[in-house]
Amino acid sequence: MLNHEKNIIELKNITVRFDGETILDDLNLTIRDGEFVTLLGSSGCGKTTTLRIIAGFLEPDEGEVFFDSKNMNGVPAHKREVNTIFQRYALFPHYNVFDNVAYGLKVRHVPKDEIRERVMEMLRLVNLEGFAKRSVAKLSGGQQQRVAIARALVLKPKVLLLDEPLSALDAKLRKDMQVELRNIQQATGITFIFVTHDQEEALSMSDTVVVMNEGKIQQIGSPEDIYNEPQNAFVADFIGESNILDGVMKEDFKASFSGHTFQCVDKGFTPGEAVDIVVRPEDVDIVKPENGMLRGTVTSVTFLGVHYEIIVDIGGFKWMIQTTDYAGVGDTVGLSIDPDAIHVMKKSKYSGLYGDYSTFSDEMEEMNQMSEELAEEYAEELAAQRAEEEEEEKDDASGGSAEEGAGT
Amino acid sequence: MKNRTFLQRIIGAPYIFWAAVFIVVPLIIVVYYSFTDAAGSFTLDNMKNLSDYGQIFRDSILYSIAATAISLILAYPFAYVMSRKREKTQQIMMVLVMLPMWMSLLILTYSWMNILERQGIVNTFLSKIGLSPMTLIGTPGAVIFGMVYNYIPYMILPIYSVMSKIEPSVLEAAEDLGSGSASKLYRVILPLSMPGVVSGITMVFVPSVSTFYISQKLGDGKILLVGDIIERQIQGNYNYNSGAALSFVLMVLIILSLALMKLFAGEGDDSLYV
Repeated sequence: MLNHEKNIIELKNITVRFDGETILDDLNLTIRDGEFVTLLGSSGCGKTTTLRIIAGFLEPDEGEVFFDSKNMNGVPAHKREVNTIFQRYALFPHYNVFDNVAYGLKVRHVPKDEIRERVMEMLRLVNLEGFAKRSVAKLSGGQQQRVAIARALVLKPKVLLLDEPLSALDAKLRKDMQVELRNIQQATGITFIFVTHDQEEALSMSDTVVVMNEGKIQQIGSPEDIYNEPQNAFVADFIGESNILDGVMKEDFKASFSGHTFQCVDKGFTPGEAVDIVVRPEDVDIVKPENGMLRGTVTSVTFLGVHYEIIVDIGGFKWMIQTTDYAGVGDTVGLSIDPDAIHVMKKSKYSGLYGDYSTFSDEMEEMNQMSEELAEEYAEELAAQRAEEEEEEKDDASGGSAEEGAGT
Repeated sequence: MKNRTFLQRIIGAPYIFWAAVFIVVPLIIVVYYSFTDAAGSFTLDNMKNLSDYGQIFRDSILYSIAATAISLILAYPFAYVMSRKREKTQQIMMVLVMLPMWMSLLILTYSWMNILERQGIVNTFLSKIGLSPMTLIGTPGAVIFGMVYNYIPYMILPIYSVMSKIEPSVLEAAEDLGSGSASKLYRVILPLSMPGVVSGITMVFVPSVSTFYISQKLGDGKILLVGDIIERQIQGNYNYNSGAALSFVLMVLIILSLALMKLFAGEGDDSLYV
């Protein structure tokens, strides 16, 4: 039944604009039958818009949508063989659990006995057997989530679209639901297209991850590919932690960065080509300074249970290193990096934007910049104030002495 | 809420006092007058005499049902469209709906008299373009029109209020699960907006059935509703007892019809119809 070679959904040259802003920019995506595909990106990257185009809630301004090689442009949502799990479930508040799940079957005028059978079977699948008569308003978030899943799956769709379905659940329940969704996907063989901003979720659940940013696909690949072979600085920074450095490819298998030439496993660059180098924090070993390829000073150490997270300053660039070895703040340490821990990427528009661990988030970086600017302004103000005060003091002094003069 | 603080008890007091003096006491007086004669002794004559007004009661109810039904048919799609517009547009539409409510009913009704009169604006226009004038004023149509015109905001607002609370994603879910427009309306929008429909019906039917001004002016004195008779008994004949009896029966009729409607519409979840 499963045919991973068959393309079930194809998006060709999709462009969407909204209020003059380009939300999706000439997007091409092919999804194979039976795959668990995750669209991953931060908010505003176009992942939900992509999902809404597949569902039929939104028509692209340009481009074509194909299901099973049939053009679906202009086909309304209720005539498409896909079903959606909405972000906040969107259950029908006026129906109980049974009637929510039965909705699609009733619309299709399925005989009553069959509805009963299929709904109960679905409720069993999602562990809600005893809840058929319960009002959906009285369910917990996790239970509502299960109702939403049952309501969509009971129609046996070819493709299930999931729009950040786990974002409203607490961390532990989210983990359970991840496993459960994965199991359901494997048991039913239905193609899942899952939208999330959580990279861990994407890596742990998917067959294929599609990393998106600014309305464009940055990289498509298996979770391992995405993590080990990021195509540009954005992907390297977004997935996991990375130290991203400016480097030069001297020749095949020889990359130079941070003032040292390293052995690496990458080739095919023109000699002397400027490149971005990615080194994952867990791939760096801390050694004695005299044995290190690079040398630097530890500026911060955080204990995280499994390992220490150590920030090392090497020539002004802050490296993040995850290690079980301890080093103290202020220590001089050496870094050792294996050839296969070095990943070389072509330069992109994202080069230089990410990869230094002076701060962990872009937001913090902006705040730092802002506070620097504010501090400067404040300093100027203080200086101006002081100058004024000095003037006044002078005036007072002269005034005072005049009075004194009058007194004597 | 068993252990209410002193403050909680005291802040409700002014209104409770107000309601007792100006609502409950007058109601008792209405009932008292209904069952007494001019001399103050108990009688059922007032009630017996009401049979003379059977036709008028029937007309009042029929006109009000017609006005309520027309308001509902016009208001429902409007409220739906309004609730799906973007926020700014919704606000503008809301002002347009409310605008007539900010003007006096008297002025509005007089204006409509002017428009609908024998030599009014409509007929002048008709004769200008070579059509024969129509009798508009003094017809049941004019009275029902007046009711719809004046009370339709009270239908639109409660329906709009519940409709705007329906999440767009719930409607998308209905489409996603295979509902076309008709099925979406019947299975989702209609049941979810029922509480608004019930309040809208109440808020249009009650003032319509007891109006006297609209029927007097737009009915041109030819159409009498219960409100007109009550006014005539009290203002014209100074027959407070008969007027009170009419009011009392009208009140009972309204309460009965509202109870009936709640029973009919509220067969599902009662908690929705607060």
